[in-house]
Amino acid sequence: MANRTIIPFGPQHPVLPEPIHIDLVIEDEQVVEAIPSFGFIHRGLEKLAEKRDFTEFTFIAERICGICSYIHGMGYCQAIEAVMGLQIPERATYLRTMWSELSRIHSHMMWMGLLADAFGFENLFMACWRLREGVLDVIEETSGGRVIFGAAKVGGVRRDVSDEVLSRIPAQLKIVEDQLRDITNVFRDDYSTRQRLCGVGTLSEQDAYDLGAVGPVLRGSGAKLDTRMEGYAAYDKLDVEPIVETAGDCWARTMVRIREVYQSFDLLRQVIPMIPAGPVDMKVTGAPKGEYAARLEQPRGEVIYYVKGNGGKQLDRFRVRTPTFANIPPLLKMLQGCQLADVPVIVLTIDPCISCAER
Amino acid sequence: MKKSPFKMTKVALENLFRRPATVPYPLERKPMYPATRGHIAIDKDKCILCLICDKRCPTGAIKVDRIGKTWAIDRLSCIQCNYCVEVCPKKCLWMENLYATPTQEKLAFVVPIPYTPPTPKPKAAATPPPQRRQPPHQARRPDNAKGSAIRNRD
Ligand code: SF4
Ligand code: SF4
Repeated sequence: MANRTIIPFGPQHPVLPEPIHIDLVIEDEQVVEAIPSFGFIHRGLEKLAEKRDFTEFTFIAERICGICSYIHGMGYCQAIEAVMGLQIPERATYLRTMWSELSRIHSHMMWMGLLADAFGFENLFMACWRLREGVLDVIEETSGGRVIFGAAKVGGVRRDVSDEVLSRIPAQLKIVEDQLRDITNVFRDDYSTRQRLCGVGTLSEQDAYDLGAVGPVLRGSGAKLDTRMEGYAAYDKLDVEPIVETAGDCWARTMVRIREVYQSFDLLRQVIPMIPAGPVDMKVTGAPKGEYAARLEQPRGEVIYYVKGNGGKQLDRFRVRTPTFANIPPLLKMLQGCQLADVPVIVLTIDPCISCAER
Repeated sequence: MKKSPFKMTKVALENLFRRPATVPYPLERKPMYPATRGHIAIDKDKCILCLICDKRCPTGAIKVDRIGKTWAIDRLSCIQCNYCVEVCPKKCLWMENLYATPTQEKLAFVVPIPYTPPTPKPKAAATPPPQRRQPPHQARRPDNAKGSAIRNRD
């Protein structure tokens, strides 16, 4: 039997801009065990909820993550609205849906670039990020921000979008979508991409389910679960079908995300003409009393917001279970038995957002 | 759906012969969208020094001094959340779509407000301290000023 060695991965590693530390126990070149350690960037956001006005905390919730910022803010608002029994205006639910899907597209396109970068495909990385600008432009034009939308608000949305801007969006996105085809074909068919992704980091459906995987990691292993099917915001009026791949390897997870981008383009085409006229927010009076857990589908998977109010302006307890946090145990399982050189790629395929995981 | 080593070639060749995707700044500038959140601007004639924006700003970027009659914003702390614009009772704040200019000082943007509060406290109304008449850039930073209205943040 070969000697066992421990190789530290992170907290500073070229593939991840964020700090997570994994001790890789290896035998020759093969990883036999992965032991994570956390806590490099804990921000204490959950405690902060007890000190801030609950409406003001929306801004902090939006900044839990820099990439899925909008859905964080929206999830928090949804939880508060449920506690307070607010029925938000219909236009706001549609706008929320639209922004969620835009944020999914930009997040997935960013991730595709990062993945290409992780296996050394610089050219592809640049191409993905160049196209992502087109989506960021749409986001900026509608919400005013590029990555932090700042559009979430308890009781609706903070900004209305004029019909003229809305009518322009499908054409703008169509340009991005058409150019994206060439790039996603590379992910699907290119020899080097397939060499790096196929059969690497396989996770069986049972393992994915048992270990609590969420989002593309879960769907890449064949489970047909997508929180959007619960029909929050305006998803109940749209035709959402979970995107499932069965192989469970890195390539399957990549394909899930790529197909989700096209699904999001499709959902946007559905949702934008459906946006009704009317107010976008409502007056919120009183304070939350009671508790609620809201579930939403983020680009990285299911996220859970738990809020508990005692009738005061500050919340008693706020908790968020981010998708990366749920995807760490499946990641450790995937790492067992892989080659050391594949570790960065496997870590990247869960789309890790360590800052979210540590809140 | 078959493996091919040349899938990227088309994209790479296009990249090679296309104009740069970026704008040749500063010769050309990308126009800002009307909705872009750039920086907060104030109409100083309308402000009534009510302190609401100061109290509500989530980052504590706005400092309003009722006695010194100034409205100041720390552009580096402002997160462009638009909350002050929404809460201002006089609607004298708005969001400009150009990003704030670079600055070296934290509270570089101090606006003297002409409005006089109708019922000034006797203490404040007595004799305005002479240094208040200095131009704003020489004025003392409001967080050191006597009677400043800064909330003590935790
Ligand atoms: S935009 Fe937000 S952070 Fe900036 S000054 Fe106004 S309230 Fe404060
Ligand atoms: S800017 Fe508006 S909210 Fe702020 S002190 Fe002046 S009037 Fe009040």
